[in-house]
Amino acid sequence: MKIAVCIKQVPDTEAEIKWDTQKGVLKRDSIDPITNPFDEFALEEALLTRENYDGEIVAITMGPERSSDVLRNALALTVNEVHRLTDDAFAGSDTYATASVLAAAIKKIGDVDIVFCGKQSTDGNTGVVGAELAAILGFSPLTYVSKIRTIDAANKKIVVERAIEGGTEVIEAKLPAVVSVIKGINEPRLPNLMGIRKAAKMEIPQWNADDLGVDKSKVGSAGSSTKVVEIAVPPPRGAGEILKGEIADVVNTLTDKLIDLKVIK
Amino acid sequence: MANDVWVYIEHKEGEVSPMSYELLGIGKTLANDFGSSVCAFAIGENLDNISKEAFQYGASKVYGIEGGVYKHFRAEAYSKAASFLLDKYKPEVVLFRATTQGTDIAAASAARLGFGLCTDSIGLKVEGGQLKMTRAAFGGNYTVTVVNEKAKPQIVTVRPKAFAMPEKNASASGEVVKESFALSEDELATKFVEFIKSQVTVNLVEADIIVSGGRGVGGEEGFKILKELADTLGGAVGASRAAVDSGWIPYEHQVGQTGKTVKPKIYIACGISGAIQHLAGMRTSDCIVAINKDPDAPIFKNASFGIVGDYKQVVPLLVEKFKAKLNK
Ligand SMILES: Cc1cc2nc3c(=O)[nH]c(=O)nc-3n(C[C@H](O)[C@H](O)[C@H](O)COP(=O)(O)OP(=O)(O)OC[C@H]3O[C@@H](n4cnc5c(N)ncnc54)[C@H](O)[C@@H]3O)c2cc1C
Ligand SMILES: Nc1ncnc2c1ncn2[C@@H]1O[C@H](COP(=O)(O)O)[C@@H](O)[C@H]1O
Repeated sequence: MKIAVCIKQVPDTEAEIKWDTQKGVLKRDSIDPITNPFDEFALEEALLTRENYDGEIVAITMGPERSSDVLRNALALTVNEVHRLTDDAFAGSDTYATASVLAAAIKKIGDVDIVFCGKQSTDGNTGVVGAELAAILGFSPLTYVSKIRTIDAANKKIVVERAIEGGTEVIEAKLPAVVSVIKGINEPRLPNLMGIRKAAKMEIPQWNADDLGVDKSKVGSAGSSTKVVEIAVPPPRGAGEILKGEIADVVNTLTDKLIDLKVIK
Repeated sequence: MANDVWVYIEHKEGEVSPMSYELLGIGKTLANDFGSSVCAFAIGENLDNISKEAFQYGASKVYGIEGGVYKHFRAEAYSKAASFLLDKYKPEVVLFRATTQGTDIAAASAARLGFGLCTDSIGLKVEGGQLKMTRAAFGGNYTVTVVNEKAKPQIVTVRPKAFAMPEKNASASGEVVKESFALSEDELATKFVEFIKSQVTVNLVEADIIVSGGRGVGGEEGFKILKELADTLGGAVGASRAAVDSGWIPYEHQVGQTGKTVKPKIYIACGISGAIQHLAGMRTSDCIVAINKDPDAPIFKNASFGIVGDYKQVVPLLVEKFKAKLNK
């Protein structure tokens, strides 16, 4: 089986974030980067799938030089191959442009049976790249996956559980499929020291727009239809009222205040 | 009309909740600004009930595609049908709820039509004839406002409960436009097997009241105390990641950056410190109540009302008082 996994580098949310307010984009080099938390589950699921059903894993990321780190981490966890998708023309891509670039890379890898993605990235937070990727590639769209029940590699079939509002939906699908996973599907492992050392020395191969055969006018800021026009810090909620006094009085006051909101029936 | 505002009505096998219609309210406001009308559209096996209700919640027209192949929601089938409709009628704006279904169909439709979309919007307004969409970024530390210059229709997913529910007018009705989009089972790669209903009866995303617990709740037993308060108020139980990771409550209850984004009218945080990743999921709640032992806990900076104290003492007293005052 051939497995691809899409990993994104995101800024650590604890870190202070700097924006290029002119361009409406992040100054990504100003922040400590981490692997998108949901993509750790995607990567782990790829590793488990390889263990259970054989095959090879190709990890890809679209991002600047420093995003090589997330691929190095994937190599340390023993993925077979990695590619960083990078080109000046990719900068400023919206979700569709991002999904188009990832789709081109998956076509170039060729014969991919399953593409694993995270449910969403914690910076872009859109949670749609996986679904868009499936639509572009014509792969089965399997989003919010909380469990892979079975894969029948010979007959190219997969059965998954999806965590949706109100319960779990079980879906059977043909491969190839894009599977985007939620937290809790597995417990991501950590790379061992040997793996980290080995990965540190490895070349990270790159693919640019020409390698991928993508039309530069259709990606990056040029090809994106959505544009950020304003960035603002939401007004602080403002600390409210700390209710002080004897606990019984405080509780009495709070229940009155909440009942006054006319929400409780 | 060419600059109409369309609202997607989601359902599960024909079953809808009133919340399915919530976007018709903001849809109407936007349509007024564009000088156009708000229309609903739905895809399913039988849409008669949905059409009827959509008019009552303010739709002036309802577009529908029906067929057995659309019995269960499948992003693949629904997005093909939706793209057909959107391409044919080219409305100005299309609104979806940012639920799993709304997000899936919005994303796949946008990709089929070949452009980006704005997701999880919390603010929408028309300025100079242009739609401005505001959404949270970076765990709610920032908001960004986005415009969509090239794409039409502009596809937007909207955070549930971000806008007021429209009034229901039982006598309203309108024109139903039925289109057909034939799709055979053979053309589809996904098959519905079954739906396993969750034990949790209340949907966090739709709940008006949430009682949430964190590490300070101390264990599974503690969540029983919170459950009692939630039950008394007719609310749902939420949790911080620390509580979920400790195994005290399943992940489907997690609120925050890597959990659910919620916007209840009342959010009661018990034994939750108020880390930035937790705030990301609940800071737009209308009223936040914090109960925490530590007077310096950051949650108090975001709370409308705070009680410094042990939840084990405060919560049972709240239950008692509410029961007395609400005659329960
Ligand atoms: C990438 C990433 C993603 C994350 N995503 C999420 C997310 O989605 N959701 C989330 O919640 N967190 C998330 N976190 C974790 C987050 O940073 C915090 O660690 C977490 O929210 C802390 O949970 P807590 O407030 O329950 O625990 P703590 O921070 O340990 O706070 C416990 C609080 O309980 C109080 N307390 C103790 N005993 C009592 C008592 N008897 N009565 C009253 N108060 C008491 C204490 O004073 C303290 O303030 C994420 C972190 C990272 C790095
Ligand atoms: N630049 C990128 N490189 C690789 N994968 C990505 C990239 N952007 C998004 N993804 C994948 O798409 C998922 C959803 O991202 P998003 O739609 O940005 O929330 C992520 O969890 C990744 O698996």
